[in-house]
Amino acid sequence: MIVFDHVSLRYPGTEGGLRDASFSISQGELVVLSGHSGAGKSSLLKLIPAIERPSSGRVLVGDQDVGRLPRQAIAFLRRRIGLVLQESRLLLDRDIFDNVMLPLLITGHSATDAAKRANAALERVGLSGRGKEMPLALSGGEQQRAAIARAVVNRPSILLADEPTAHLDAAYARDIAALFQSFHAAGVTVILATHDADLFSDMQPRRMTLNQGQLNAQEPA
Amino acid sequence: MSWLGDHLLAAQRAARQLAGNLIGSLLTALVIGIALALPAGGLLLLDNAGRALGEASGRPEISIFMNEKAGRAASDEIARRLQADSRIASQRYVPRDEALKQLADSGLADVIEDLPDNPLPDAFVVTPRGEDPALFNELRETFSGWPEVAHVQLDSAWIERLHALLELGRKAVALLAALLASALVIVTFNTIRLQLLTQRAEIEVSRLLGATDRYIRRPFLWQGALQGMLGGLVAWALLGAMVDALAGPVSRLAASYGTVFTLQWPDAPQVVTMLGMVAALGLLGALLSVNRHLKTAG
Repeated sequence: MIVFDHVSLRYPGTEGGLRDASFSISQGELVVLSGHSGAGKSSLLKLIPAIERPSSGRVLVGDQDVGRLPRQAIAFLRRRIGLVLQESRLLLDRDIFDNVMLPLLITGHSATDAAKRANAALERVGLSGRGKEMPLALSGGEQQRAAIARAVVNRPSILLADEPTAHLDAAYARDIAALFQSFHAAGVTVILATHDADLFSDMQPRRMTLNQGQLNAQEPA
Repeated sequence: MSWLGDHLLAAQRAARQLAGNLIGSLLTALVIGIALALPAGGLLLLDNAGRALGEASGRPEISIFMNEKAGRAASDEIARRLQADSRIASQRYVPRDEALKQLADSGLADVIEDLPDNPLPDAFVVTPRGEDPALFNELRETFSGWPEVAHVQLDSAWIERLHALLELGRKAVALLAALLASALVIVTFNTIRLQLLTQRAEIEVSRLLGATDRYIRRPFLWQGALQGMLGGLVAWALLGAMVDALAGPVSRLAASYGTVFTLQWPDAPQVVTMLGMVAALGLLGALLSVNRHLKTAG
């Protein structure tokens, strides 16, 4: 369960951020956040893994008030959350396999176990056999798939994705959308921020629309 | 994964980082090694100098002169007390007749012949355990307090001078070592700072994926320690070259004084201590650097 309780996030000197947002998301829900650029979608997503801390209000993930978590506890919170950013943020000095293994090594898995799970994650996103390739050798869509594999390899209970289909052509975007649908079907809470909410309409998500930092409308799934 | 496994993995990553920038790592190790060789070489020379001076001057002794009226029984009692004293390595009794004979043998026979009787007292020559001037003074006070003893002669003036000189040398080397240790910490701090900048993307991504500060810090600490140890090995090689270069001339100099003396290499415990210390300094530099980075990174 994720709860936003009158949450505001202000960036000094800018109009961006989030204003007095209150809502809750249940375990296993699929939520699509839509809105124009600067509407506050990324800000909202960043509050969940404590990349940003609320200026006021409370963000609860499970029973944890993430705004008050100490540094060490934030690291452990993030291990339960898969994060896919607009840019894939793959590390360019290592191959795809090592990129996908990284979260497992961070969480202390043995090399053997990490390798097994990384292979399974790559297979899940359709990159089986491509692990030894370097990130720049892959297309944009493939890089995004690798980033998704990295986000889910630790089997998170929450998956956050910020514009995961931006800069991708329609075919790649549909593939990525299907991947998120499969994670949702597996019981993962999925929260997607996107310009292209229609891409996910077949999944019957709960839609939340943001405008200038304010939550305008929420449509139940 | 176990704590040991985490560290092994971090050590492997650190070794790979060092190997990946081989020229840079070797140059840094060379700088650290040269900086470390100065005080280490100084200490080595001081140790050897102390040993050489000790050997050249013989072991310091204390002479105990008995009262004229003290008889054989009193001398036996003193001999017994000296034997029982654990601070004393050895003692030798010199009866007055033997002392007179030694004086005559030293070229003063004509003078002695003119004397009406033997003016020399019975004496003991005592060799204490160790060469600490404080021990010599303590023993002098003990011996002077015995009623059978007329005079105690301490052969320690040169020891005190030697100790003062060696102490001065050690202090100078310690100051130099402290300065160069600071330099080592700064060099490591900067090396790790540059490494942190190079790996900024990896650190940021790792933190988003749930890496703790400890996870991020670990390979850099290993890198600092390994870099320090590499520098320590360079210093050891430089010291070895120095000892080899000086061994011949030192032996020839000793031979010209009629003695045998060889320069000694630092022994295994000294080398291990040096490597341990330099690894600790490298680790400290790395720790300060990573902590600063993590603090500023938020």
